[in-house]
Amino acid sequence: MNKKTTSKIPKKVWLLISLAVALVLWTLLSINPKTARSFPNIVKVIKAISTMINRGVFWEDISSSLISVTAGFAIGFILSLPTAILMAWYLPVRNIIEPWIQFIRNIPPLAYVPLIVLSAGVGRKPQIIVITIATFLIMTVTIYQGVLNVDETLIKAARVLGATDKDIFLKVIAPATLPFIITAIRLGSSTALTTLIAAESTGAVAGLGMRIRSLNNSFESEPMLLYIIIIGIIGMLVEKFVKYIERRFTGWQEKRDA
Amino acid sequence: MAGEERRVKVKIDNVKKIFNGRNGEMIALNGVSLDIMENEFICVVGPSGCGKSTLLNIIAGLLEPTSGKIYCDGKEVVGTGTERGVVFQQYALFPWMTVLKNVMFGLNLKGIKGKEAEEIAMKYIKMVQLEDFVNHYPKELSGGMKQRVAIARAYAVNPEVLLMDEPFGALDAQTRTQLQTELLETWEKERKTCFFITHDVEEAIILAQKVIIMSARPGRIKEIVDINIPYPRTQETKMTPEFLELKNHIWGQVYQEYLEVRK
Ligand SMILES: Nc1ncnc2c1ncn2[C@@H]1O[C@H](COP(=O)(O)OP(=O)(O)O)[C@@H](O)[C@H]1O
Ligand SMILES: [Mg+2]
Repeated sequence: MNKKTTSKIPKKVWLLISLAVALVLWTLLSINPKTARSFPNIVKVIKAISTMINRGVFWEDISSSLISVTAGFAIGFILSLPTAILMAWYLPVRNIIEPWIQFIRNIPPLAYVPLIVLSAGVGRKPQIIVITIATFLIMTVTIYQGVLNVDETLIKAARVLGATDKDIFLKVIAPATLPFIITAIRLGSSTALTTLIAAESTGAVAGLGMRIRSLNNSFESEPMLLYIIIIGIIGMLVEKFVKYIERRFTGWQEKRDA
Repeated sequence: MAGEERRVKVKIDNVKKIFNGRNGEMIALNGVSLDIMENEFICVVGPSGCGKSTLLNIIAGLLEPTSGKIYCDGKEVVGTGTERGVVFQQYALFPWMTVLKNVMFGLNLKGIKGKEAEEIAMKYIKMVQLEDFVNHYPKELSGGMKQRVAIARAYAVNPEVLLMDEPFGALDAQTRTQLQTELLETWEKERKTCFFITHDVEEAIILAQKVIIMSARPGRIKEIVDINIPYPRTQETKMTPEFLELKNHIWGQVYQEYLEVRK
C-alpha cells in the first residue's frame, strides 16, 4: 500500500484493524500449546465475566480498586502541587527534597509495601498510602519541571506591564504550568494503575490486583486475563479523559511534535 | 528641531554591571552614561554580547546596576514601572490569551476593566492592523503579527518611554521593513521616546535621530552619531548618499568591534 491509500483510511477503521490483528494474535497464542495456558480462548475469557459475577466479587473488585486508585491519586495530586511549587521557588526546599524524591522514585513500590503494612495495618489504608506515594513522586517531579520551565521573558513581560508577584503567580505561572499539570495527571493516573498490584498486596479483601494474585494460586487463567484486560481498559478510558481535558484547557499551546 | 525645548527623559548615569558567572566576574557594562531626550528616537548598535540587552533591562528596572543610577523624569528608577514599556525580541505574548486579552493584560492590572479596557485595547489593535485577529491565539499568528501584538500591548498602557530589544530581529527582511515603516509612522504621530536596540545598521539609521555605537568587553559607548536625515523617512531614504555615508561609517565602527569580540 502506498502512502496515499493508507492515509485515506479513517482513524476508526484503523482502530478496528488494530483490534482484529490483536484478536488474531490472541487466537494463535491460545492455539499454540506452548502459550495456551497463559492465553486462554477469547470466548472462555469473556465467559469468565459471568463466573466472577456469580462468585459475587466482580463488581466489588472493580469498585474497590477504583476507590483506592482515585483516593491515592487525589491525595498524591493535592500534595504534589504545593511541594512542586515550593521546590521550584525555594532553593533550600529543592536541595533538601529533590535527592530523596529521585531516590525513592526508582524503588519499586512492591519493595516497601511490607514496611507500610507494619505501620498502617491491612485494609484500605495501606493501599491508598502506596498509591499516594507513587503518584506523589511522579507528579511532583513533573509539575516542578513545569514551574521551572516557565518562560522567563513572559514573567518579565508581565512585570513591565505592572504585575505584582501575586499577579505573576496567578496570571502567568499558573496558566503556563497548566500543560505540565495535565501531563502530571496523565502520568500520575497511569502510575496509580500500575501500582495497583503492589498496593493490593497489603492484605486487601477485594480489588483487581488482589484478585489476580489469588487467582494465580488456583491457576485460573481465564479470569486472570480478564482482569488484566479490565485494568488496561480502565487505563485507556482515563487516558481518553485526560486527553479531552488537555484539548479543552490547553488548546492554546504551540504544537511541539511535528 | 531648532527652538524646541528638549528635556532629559531618561538619564543613564555612570552605569556599571558586573555578572557573577561560572568563570568569575564578568563586566558587562562599564561606566555607561547617556541622556535620552524626551520624544527622541535612539537606536543602539553593537556586536552581540556587548551589553545592549543588559543596558535595556537596567533601564526597564528588570536588572539592578552594580553601580550607577537611572533616572526617569529626574526620579531614580527602582524596579519596573508602566511608564517604561518594553518590547522583547521573543514577542513574549501570553500563549493562553487571545490577541485582545494580551493587549488588555496591562490595562487590567492598572484597574481598567471591561468595556473600557476593551475599547482602549481595540484602538491599539487597530493601530497595528490586527482587528481581524482579536480572538486569535498567538500560535495562529505569524512572527510579524505576534510582534505587532506585542507592540500594541506595550502601547496600550500608554508608557512614556518605549524600550525595544531587537524587536524585528527574528523577522524576515520583508516583514521587517514593513514593521519599520509602521513604527516610524506611529512615532512621527506620537513622538514617544524610543530606545531601540538592533544589530541591523540600516534599521538603526532609518529609524533613529541618534545612533549609539557600543563597544564590547566591557560594554561602553564608543560613539554617538547624529542622524540628521529629515522625517518622514521611507525605504527610498536608504538610497540617498547621506544615508549610505552614515551606513558606511557606522558599519565600519561596528565591524571593528565585531573583530575585537572575535579575538
Ligand atoms: N544573567 C547573566 N548572567 C551572567 N552573564 C550574563 C547575564 N546576562 C548577560 N550576561 C553576559 O553579559 C554580556 C552582555 O550580554 P547582553 O546584554 O545580552 O548582550 P547583547 O544584548 O549586546 O547581545 C554577555 O557576555 C552575556 O553573556
Ligand atoms: Mg541582546
